[in-house]
Amino acid sequence: MATYSTNDFKAGLKVMIDNSPGAVVENEFVKPGKGQAFNRVKIRNLKTGRIIERTFKSGDTLEAADVVDVEMQFLYNDGEFFHFMNPVTYEQFGADKTAVGDTAKWLKEQDVCIITLWNGIPLSVEPPHTVILKIVETDPGLKGDTSGGGGKPATLETGAVVRVPLFIQNGELIKCNTRTGEYISRA
Amino acid sequence: MLTGIRAFFSERGVLEVETPYLSAAATPDPALLSFTTRYTGPLFPQGQTLYLHTSPEFPMKRLLAAGSGSIYQICKVFRDGEAGRTHNPEFTLLEWYRTGLDAAQLMAEVESLVRQMLDEHVTLAASEKLTYREAFQRHANLDPHTATAEDFAQAARAHEIHAPPAMLTHHDVAIWRDLLLTHLIEPRLGQGRLTFLYDYPASQASLARVRPGTPPLAERFELYLNGTELANGFHELADASEQRTRFERQLHARSTEHLPSVPLDENLLAALASGLPDCSGVALGFDRLTMLAAGAKSLGEVIAFPLDRA
Repeated sequence: MATYSTNDFKAGLKVMIDNSPGAVVENEFVKPGKGQAFNRVKIRNLKTGRIIERTFKSGDTLEAADVVDVEMQFLYNDGEFFHFMNPVTYEQFGADKTAVGDTAKWLKEQDVCIITLWNGIPLSVEPPHTVILKIVETDPGLKGDTSGGGGKPATLETGAVVRVPLFIQNGELIKCNTRTGEYISRA
Repeated sequence: MLTGIRAFFSERGVLEVETPYLSAAATPDPALLSFTTRYTGPLFPQGQTLYLHTSPEFPMKRLLAAGSGSIYQICKVFRDGEAGRTHNPEFTLLEWYRTGLDAAQLMAEVESLVRQMLDEHVTLAASEKLTYREAFQRHANLDPHTATAEDFAQAARAHEIHAPPAMLTHHDVAIWRDLLLTHLIEPRLGQGRLTFLYDYPASQASLARVRPGTPPLAERFELYLNGTELANGFHELADASEQRTRFERQLHARSTEHLPSVPLDENLLAALASGLPDCSGVALGFDRLTMLAAGAKSLGEVIAFPLDRA
């Protein structure tokens, strides 16, 4: 198994920590004037998302984590697993609810997501930055309203709820930002 | 700033000197790694390994032994393996030696120089002086001279410092002191003021005199501002045979840590044997001083081309 020394540590490097895959967030070199050099390292546990802080003697090593980010197309949800396909190799992967998490409410068939694989198993799913989704339920619109003003909640075909301007109607397609959960425009 | 430093020493009759960056000898301190290079030509037709200095200390002491009187130098120094927010493998040191001054008197001089340099940039509260023991008692609630490895480990756990697993199984207290110093104590030192840390454990004497007692204490000091170490000073060890013993202990430590051996500076040892005047010396990181004056958070902001862009 490959290993990395503290000299290799930089943001984004994937390493094994506490038997879980992690990504280095920050690596600070500290050294007293005449003494032992240390590296204070912040690592995000990719399973839990939590950031932990660890100290190493400079030169210590950690095992590399076999973690890769791959673009994949979302196929369908069978109730237990969300199925994705690598459009290059046609290989299919099933991600469980833990891996998909909150992303589920943005997932529409055929959209391309970034799947983080650890030893070939989906660890997390990142939805596209923007998605176009149909409104399945919202209050009737008011004529003459412009985009200013309060807005109203709208439920989308994938289950997400976003605030939309009052003139938006049931059945319309809208563009949303998945990072902020906000309405962008009509599509 | 450089003009200010030169004026400061000129007023005090301290002579500016230059010493070689390249030497056939190097410091055996296992915490300092010298860069090596090679010279081939007249004098050494077969080639000779030369070391870039990690500080100008050894040749400056040779000048002192030769009767130079008080001297200072502003020069680039080189340390392999050190890069980070407050480290760059080449950096500028201001190093000076004052004959007839002890550590306390030199600390007072360091304070007035640094205050003068930072005067227009930073507002400083009254300076403080803490012994190494007081700093550990205040911030880690233990006595660094008597605590065991287990005591240090407990203090680390109490402050949620995750020590390297290998450290938990051995009982070398020196490395535990360094861990708590860098992780817990240093970040709390010198907040808005100059804090001098002094009276170090004898095992961390480096090139300082050790004052006998229980425990024996090294006449060494460091200066901190806003958690950053700015200077390191000694009441200089003048005993050549004690110096040789320390060098040999350091060479031994290098071999157990699988670090390359280095030739000892016999010229320095001969100079000490011929007589070093009673003096104290200090090295101050010039780049860190400019960083603090500029209110910057990293050396990269004040060095035009740090390692990643050099």
